Amino acid sequence: MTSSESTLPLLRVRNVSKRYGDRVALQEASFELWPGEVMAVVGESGSGKSTLLNAIAARSRPDLGQVEFLGRDGRLQDIHAMNEAQQRLLARTDWGFVHQNPADGLRMDVSAGANVGERLMGLGERHYGRLRATAEDWLERVEIDAARIDDAPRTFSGGMRQRLQIARNLVTSPRLVFMDEPTSGLDVSVQARLLDLLRQLTRQMQLAVVIVTHDLAVARLLAHRMMVMQRGRVVESGLTDRVLDDPQHPYTQLLVSSVLQP
Amino acid sequence: MTAMLQIQQVSKRFTLHNQNGAELQVLSRVDLSVAPGECLVLDGPSGMGKSTLLKLIYANYRPSSGRIEMRQSDGRMLELSAASPRELVRMRRDTVGYVSQFLRVIPRVAALDVVAEPLIEDAADPTAALEAARDQARVWLARLRIPERLWHLPPATFSGGEQQRINIARNMIKPRPLLLLDEPTASLDAANTQTVIELIQEALARGAALIGIFHDASVGAAVATRRIDVAKFRSAA
Repeated sequence: MTSSESTLPLLRVRNVSKRYGDRVALQEASFELWPGEVMAVVGESGSGKSTLLNAIAARSRPDLGQVEFLGRDGRLQDIHAMNEAQQRLLARTDWGFVHQNPADGLRMDVSAGANVGERLMGLGERHYGRLRATAEDWLERVEIDAARIDDAPRTFSGGMRQRLQIARNLVTSPRLVFMDEPTSGLDVSVQARLLDLLRQLTRQMQLAVVIVTHDLAVARLLAHRMMVMQRGRVVESGLTDRVLDDPQHPYTQLLVSSVLQP
Repeated sequence: MTAMLQIQQVSKRFTLHNQNGAELQVLSRVDLSVAPGECLVLDGPSGMGKSTLLKLIYANYRPSSGRIEMRQSDGRMLELSAASPRELVRMRRDTVGYVSQFLRVIPRVAALDVVAEPLIEDAADPTAALEAARDQARVWLARLRIPERLWHLPPATFSGGEQQRINIARNMIKPRPLLLLDEPTASLDAANTQTVIELIQEALARGAALIGIFHDASVGAAVATRRIDVAKFRSAA
């Protein structure tokens, strides 16, 4: 968090609900996210955490409720009232979205450099030298050897692909990044490196992040605050270590006590 | 003198929903206040709720009832149960430090940066602030006798005593106005224990308020300006 603070949150989510047929996938989720805040959303599969993420990232429209994002003009805008072109612009400038499976967020058959440069080109940058220099810089920031710039991610390991996906998202200096289980497809040894990198980058860039994870240790390491979901409802929220060390709701207590401590 | 911390009628009860709703009443009707420059030492046998009290003040635990108010850097009193996560994050950044017995290890981060980190958290340009913060961290590591060859290694593999000293440095390097100490000398040798006593005395001299639990009676005796027996906050139940 910086000292120059706005009086409005970066993201305001009010009573967002979604059903799939008869099933209530998400019921009246509300929260505010402020610049620089990292919030983890935890819960088991089917708890509604991905439905929530997709609704607030304008990837699917909720049945009810409102999602507002603070524009660069200092006003809150209803993201679901925007047209598709406006949503797309937001998604490739001020927002990032890191998928669990890097193949969903990367172009697997074009070079690493082009993957990183794509968002910049979308914003009108055409100068090849500058694009390449920025891509090299970002590959190094995510600990990928710049010599691999012309290789396609298909030739990369899982951990490298995930780091490339992060570089591709952060190159436009977004203010808000959504992450869907970013570490869960990786070996534990690879996870530690990615977590440390995410921790450093979110702090350096003062990123606001909503990270969906089922891994409480990931939440503890990365997130200032967390929200616990069960059957489409937010059952508990608060400071990460408060929720983990003094869980109030029966479901949170069950979740915390079910984790094996190494 | 204006209080740094004011606790009124605070109780803490744990309800274990998955153990047939068993209830553990740990603290009842705690009233206390601490002023700048005071070192309040918590006495009482283990299991009396001394650590629980520190965790309540750090907003790591939520009180079952009562009020905990802490003076913030802007002079305002913040009531912890009503505070937003954002206010609590800022409170920990600027106002209150907590030295627990154990270091929570961050993978891959070198000891030097683990210690320097609190100094750059609120910097407008953290990269620029990093070198100055590392200079200060070196002073703390040297003072707490961490061998220089360890400074660039992550503390995960350090001994218990070394990790505890890293934890002390990390949580005391930033001169916050309130410090909570939970057995900070538990695994330290005599020389390092003496250093920690000096660090506590220096914090008091700059006007910090401290609340501490000290297993070692001589440490408590060396730093206390006031003592309280936590057993009196046990409920009859």
